[in-house]
Amino acid sequence: MTVKKQHRFLDISVGIFIAAAAVLFLMPTILTLANSFMTSNEISANYGAMFSNISGDEKKFISEDVNLKFIPDKVTIDQYKSVLIKNSDYLMKFWNSIILTVPITVFQLVLAVVTSYGFSRYPGKIKGLIFFVYIILMIMPSQVTLVPNYLVLDKFGMIDTQELGVSQGMERFISRLAIILPAVFSPFSIFLLTKVMKRIPNSYVEAAKLDGAGEIQIMTKIYLPMCKSALVSIGMLVFIDYWNMVEQPLVLMKGDNTSLHPLSVFLSQISEAEAGLAFAVGAVYMIPTILMFLYGEDYLVEGIVYSGGIKG
Amino acid sequence: MKKRKLRNQCGRRREKIFSYTCLIPSIAGVLVFFLIPFGIVIYYSVINSPAAGEYVGLENYRNLMDNLAFKKAARNTATFSLIAVPLSLLLSLGLAMLLERNIPGKSIFRTFFLSPLMVPTASVVLVWQVLFHNHGTINQIIEAFGGETVDWLKSPKGQVVIILMFLWKNIGYNMILFMSALCSIPRDIIEVADLEGAGSVYKFLHIKLRYLSPTILFVLILSLINSFKIFREVYLLTGKYPFDKLYMLQHFMNNTFENLNYQKLSAAAVLFALVMIVVIAVLLIAENIFGKDVEN
Repeated sequence: MTVKKQHRFLDISVGIFIAAAAVLFLMPTILTLANSFMTSNEISANYGAMFSNISGDEKKFISEDVNLKFIPDKVTIDQYKSVLIKNSDYLMKFWNSIILTVPITVFQLVLAVVTSYGFSRYPGKIKGLIFFVYIILMIMPSQVTLVPNYLVLDKFGMIDTQELGVSQGMERFISRLAIILPAVFSPFSIFLLTKVMKRIPNSYVEAAKLDGAGEIQIMTKIYLPMCKSALVSIGMLVFIDYWNMVEQPLVLMKGDNTSLHPLSVFLSQISEAEAGLAFAVGAVYMIPTILMFLYGEDYLVEGIVYSGGIKG
Repeated sequence: MKKRKLRNQCGRRREKIFSYTCLIPSIAGVLVFFLIPFGIVIYYSVINSPAAGEYVGLENYRNLMDNLAFKKAARNTATFSLIAVPLSLLLSLGLAMLLERNIPGKSIFRTFFLSPLMVPTASVVLVWQVLFHNHGTINQIIEAFGGETVDWLKSPKGQVVIILMFLWKNIGYNMILFMSALCSIPRDIIEVADLEGAGSVYKFLHIKLRYLSPTILFVLILSLINSFKIFREVYLLTGKYPFDKLYMLQHFMNNTFENLNYQKLSAAAVLFALVMIVVIAVLLIAENIFGKDVEN
């Protein structure tokens, strides 16, 4: 074998390995989607054993085994009909997820643009020190930060909202705010965006100033457009993180407010009676993030070239 | 001339003040929601109860260290992070280097690897349950090959499942980070090394690794942050009371939140924060040692 042929052989075998691994990575998503088109009878026949194990009551299922199915025997959109039309419960939970995640993402990004601008212009010792505190805070896990969050929110009466004596609508609003507010001030996107903004050459700023641009114009007309791909990719990371949230609602929304839990928490409590819908609910829940991914994958890939190191 | 310079300085000063003003909203929020209450948390961790407020020294910490549930949770969390984080680092770096080769359909595979990042864990948790159920797919495969089956989610092997879930979710993004870092290594250095007859192992250890070190650190931090979120997967898979080996620190915190034991909560938070500060210090020292000679 010549060297060239050897290279070619190696490329092919690596290619096969990569392809197999890649398909494996895609599998859970594909399986969820495929199973969401199954009839509920077929689901309880194949997966019934799983759910009765959880709840422990009557054994309706046919086989003790849990059989993974790739292709439904009969394709139907019944599950989707129940989830989206017949039963408004799931749509409510879906709305709970949206009303928490969208404000968190939007406000965290807006705050990040302003704050990162402040950090990247005229850097000094004090700013360096503050930024360092932010880095530490960013790495702190929720197991640490939830405790101080809880103390403050409790002091403001935002946990036990029943005791506030306000209308029910107001209670719901306050309880949601209890999740949104601490999340907006989480320094993750500030950290990433500051690193991007620091790379913007000063000559752009000087040129704009000669043209008579003020600070706010420099921020919105120069910095903002130059950070676009970074902003999109950071926005996606923040959105998916809070779309996935579990621990914050569990700790911060108690009593009657548990009805405000997002779908991500609720999906783990799905009961046997509703098992037939579980795949469709899961599939519906991934639609926003999948769409985002299809739109923003290139941003995700190119917007992170800056990354590296911890300190600015 | 002099006047103009003065005005310039004035403008500069105004701009400087503006740049500090930009920081105010964020700093205010961080103070209110994180730093000031964390001071209270520290205070709570050394008193006997918020009502009485008597100083008890390290008693709360001693009680915490004697708490079996806490010890179990801390051990499980530490074990998980110590295995999952380095593993995701190695695998994603390996994949990134394999994808450097000339493989057809590379960008599609990249999309496949990246996709778990954008799929909500809650959506696919059923599939994982089907795979690792006692009578589920994995066990059926093991049986078919005559192996011994394991009740994955209800045995110490559960850690394998959550490590796999962690890798599945995180490898793609880490791989992308490494791919862009590999691309930015100057070609001429590699070419010179080729001309001098350097082997691929030498090239990797002495050239590539050096240029990759800032990214390695970044990936390490991201993975570390994400490893503490594994509670989500565990909770979705097994609920509030998982098998022993899957009992994570967040489970312990949640249960302590439920009966609002402020002393326990505060001591645990402060202790965990201290451990994290040590970890961060080690990472910063590592950055100073390895990052110096290649910076920009």
